[in-house]
Amino acid sequence: MKEIAIDVTGLTKSFGARTVVHDLSMQVPKGEIFGFLGPNGSGKTTTIRLLCGLLTPDSGEGTCLGYDIRRDQESIKRHVGYMTQRFSLYTDLSIRENLEFVARVYGLSDPRAAARGAIDRLGLSGRAEQLAGELSGGWKQRLALGACILPNPQLLLLDEPTAGVDPKARREFWDEIHGLAADGITVLVSTHYMDEAERCHELGYIAYGDLLARGTAQEIIDQSGLSTWIVTGENLHALAQRLRTEPGVDMVAPFGTELHVAGRDHAALDRTVAAAEQEDPSHHWMRGEPSLEDVFILMMDRAQDNFS
Amino acid sequence: MRASSYTRPLVTSPDPGFLKRTWAMIVKEFVQMRRDRMTFATMIFIPVLQLTLFGFAINTDPKELPTAVLLRDDGPLTRAVLTAMRNSDYFKFTRHVRSPAELDAMLRSGEALFAVEVPASFERDIRRGDRPSLLVIADATDPVATGTAISALQGLTDSALRRELRGPDDKVAARPPPFDVVLQQRYNPERETRFNIVPGLLGIVLTMTMMMFTALAVTREIERGTMESLLAMPIKPVEIMIGKIAPFVLVGFVQMSIIIAAAYFVFGVPIMGSLGLLITLTTLFAAANLAVGYTFSTIAQNQLQAVQLTFFFFLPNILLSGFMFPFKGMPQWAQWIGEVLPLTHFLRIVRGIMLKGNGFADMELDVLALVIFLAAAMGLALLRFRRTLD
Repeated sequence: MKEIAIDVTGLTKSFGARTVVHDLSMQVPKGEIFGFLGPNGSGKTTTIRLLCGLLTPDSGEGTCLGYDIRRDQESIKRHVGYMTQRFSLYTDLSIRENLEFVARVYGLSDPRAAARGAIDRLGLSGRAEQLAGELSGGWKQRLALGACILPNPQLLLLDEPTAGVDPKARREFWDEIHGLAADGITVLVSTHYMDEAERCHELGYIAYGDLLARGTAQEIIDQSGLSTWIVTGENLHALAQRLRTEPGVDMVAPFGTELHVAGRDHAALDRTVAAAEQEDPSHHWMRGEPSLEDVFILMMDRAQDNFS
Repeated sequence: MRASSYTRPLVTSPDPGFLKRTWAMIVKEFVQMRRDRMTFATMIFIPVLQLTLFGFAINTDPKELPTAVLLRDDGPLTRAVLTAMRNSDYFKFTRHVRSPAELDAMLRSGEALFAVEVPASFERDIRRGDRPSLLVIADATDPVATGTAISALQGLTDSALRRELRGPDDKVAARPPPFDVVLQQRYNPERETRFNIVPGLLGIVLTMTMMMFTALAVTREIERGTMESLLAMPIKPVEIMIGKIAPFVLVGFVQMSIIIAAAYFVFGVPIMGSLGLLITLTTLFAAANLAVGYTFSTIAQNQLQAVQLTFFFFLPNILLSGFMFPFKGMPQWAQWIGEVLPLTHFLRIVRGIMLKGNGFADMELDVLALVIFLAAAMGLALLRFRRTLD
């Protein structure tokens, strides 16, 4: 049986009257890349902070790498690498100085050599003396990951690591993540990008503190029971406005020159589509596959309904 | 073909003009001012604090100065002289001592600013018309503190015994004055103001700079977002604190060297006591201020608040410590506040070592006060420092 790197049950955390994480349970096997998705303010960052010992849960318990998240916070800090959402290395230190600082705090035997090694691995050899604050977004993110993995953590918690980073840098970043996972490191990564979500071994969708769905991308799409139609033609905006209130339609979203219309009640949706086709034959309708994004937006809408 | 030009959007509203745009800015500033409670408090608190301190606490004509008395003779004339001194309002007899050594100790520790020694056979010599000498020793480290009292003393010799010397001793009274006052100005005989100010400046500079350095230490990490990473690393709060304070002890050491060297070589301030002791205790003082600044840093929400807190703390330090105005001239409540400021104790230490040649034994209480201050500030900082983001 596979080892479990993250194993928590019933985690709850409130700030004042606001419950940010509500009765959250999850297990992540060792060596897996677990994608953490959900709208802004849904509790992703709070959950990550609970896991790495930066926050103490109000209730619930669990372990990270076998260490109790309440009692063994010091051990967790030693073996877990946490990459914050906001760049949190010292902008007024050079790349080398930042890495040497991290290496010293973690008590690596030769901080200078460790920093030099990390700089070579990152491909920053020529720029070791450059201030971290002067780097571009993509390089900052690579440096932050480099600092994170410098002390050889067994678990990486990455909070929206690729926000604001260009596609090429993102792709390289994910190649690196897969390499680390292949070495047995467990990775929990939160993201808003669907292409990144599809690169994860497993996904969890959290909204307003509740874990609403989990599984592989395909499993989550299948579980949603969503059927989707794709429309092309003129005046799609007016059509979208009209369709929103029709029976069977749960979601209407424009994608470039296409309109995605999706719903869970297949029969009702098909009737609505047939009627719309009749009404305006200039539109071209065809069946499509629901995308992960369709599923998530639908889940977000429903969660919001329950929330308000 | 030339592309047709873009149809400009119709102007839907007229240009709002100078006043409306300025008004928009004013409204925004007021809203932000209301949100920032610390700045709001500063606006009210600073004038109130200044009014209280300058209005009630500060006194450049200090009265009731603590005076020690050594009586080698006693009698109606001695009493009359002492009563006249007390009635002048400038002297308050706090202790009768038995030996010159005890007298010296009280002056060194600053417990007394004046000492009066009534010589043996004072009474008999007056009645004989021998004009004996009354020895008055003033602690002249702060010339301002003792200046007016010394002037008041001059007039006393004539009037003090006028009533007592009527009748049989009338002929003595007629030949003024019946006794002399020998005034000894100790520690700063030339009454050089800079001898008092320059050592005090060491305390002021260290208070201001040391506190400012560390007051920003934690808030800067929080504002730049680096605190989150730091907290996620296996490093303990006490390690962070010592790591942040230690470099500035060195900075304090450099500042101290510059000021002491300038005091000695440029301003000619003597160093009567041990230089080693001065350096050791100044370092202790620098550390105490760094710890206070660090504590502010754990309380403040951002760097601006940290600076404001430092300023709040600095104001009473400069006014109530005895740096600018005589400590003993302040009302009792202000002296009590002064006693809980580290600068007050440091000023006694630095002036004591440089001008009076004090040793450790003369300043035990002040050193203890600094140690307590350092420990309390560090303890409070560690309590306030959040290990987590809860």
